[in-house]
Amino acid sequence: MKVKVLFFAALREQLGVAGEDIELPSGVGTVAALRSHLIARGGAWQSALAEAKLVRAAVNQDMAKPAAAIKAGDEVAFFPPVTGG
Amino acid sequence: MKVSVQTQDFDAGAEMRVLSRDPKVGAVASFVGVVREVAMTLEHYPGMTERALQKIVEEAGARWQVLDCTVIHRTGVLQPTDQIVLVVVASAHRGDAFAACEFIMDYLKTQAPFWKKEAAGWVEARASDDKAAERWK
Repeated sequence: MKVKVLFFAALREQLGVAGEDIELPSGVGTVAALRSHLIARGGAWQSALAEAKLVRAAVNQDMAKPAAAIKAGDEVAFFPPVTGG
Repeated sequence: MKVSVQTQDFDAGAEMRVLSRDPKVGAVASFVGVVREVAMTLEHYPGMTERALQKIVEEAGARWQVLDCTVIHRTGVLQPTDQIVLVVVASAHRGDAFAACEFIMDYLKTQAPFWKKEAAGWVEARASDDKAAERWK
């Protein structure tokens, strides 16, 4: 299935990309699984998204937990903890 | 309820006067966040930001008696002493207005997708902000 993935702030800079459409293999059906899928690319992906890093996620523009399900056509965003206000 | 994400400045007094027009309103509480000491650039997640702020405002309305509410958050390049954020809550009585205003700011700090970048780098999230939001649970 295809999903749209977006990156913001420090994460966008570390990865050098603001977003992309990704075709996911079957079995990648949660936010956590998508993150692992991206980490497996190695290099900057591995360091920026590493499990030890505080990374927040949103699915279709709502904050989402790692266990949140993702489906075809979803917009999934990864970003650092927010610092507005 | 008005939520706005914008680059331009706002007039807190004018926004408060707008919320004072309803004769049911007996209290208008407000908060203005200001850039402290160093210039910064504020990035956000267009679409989600407005959605997140709307949800926070609705949650405040479910918890307290809120007659009307305005949230304005600026993005882009901001200089020291510039205004960043405005929250105005109108209610019949001060207790609801104060509480809802503080709740909205605490939730905005942890739930709304804004990120600050200074010349020294991206600003780190603070644990004290998580604690402030936790107390409303």
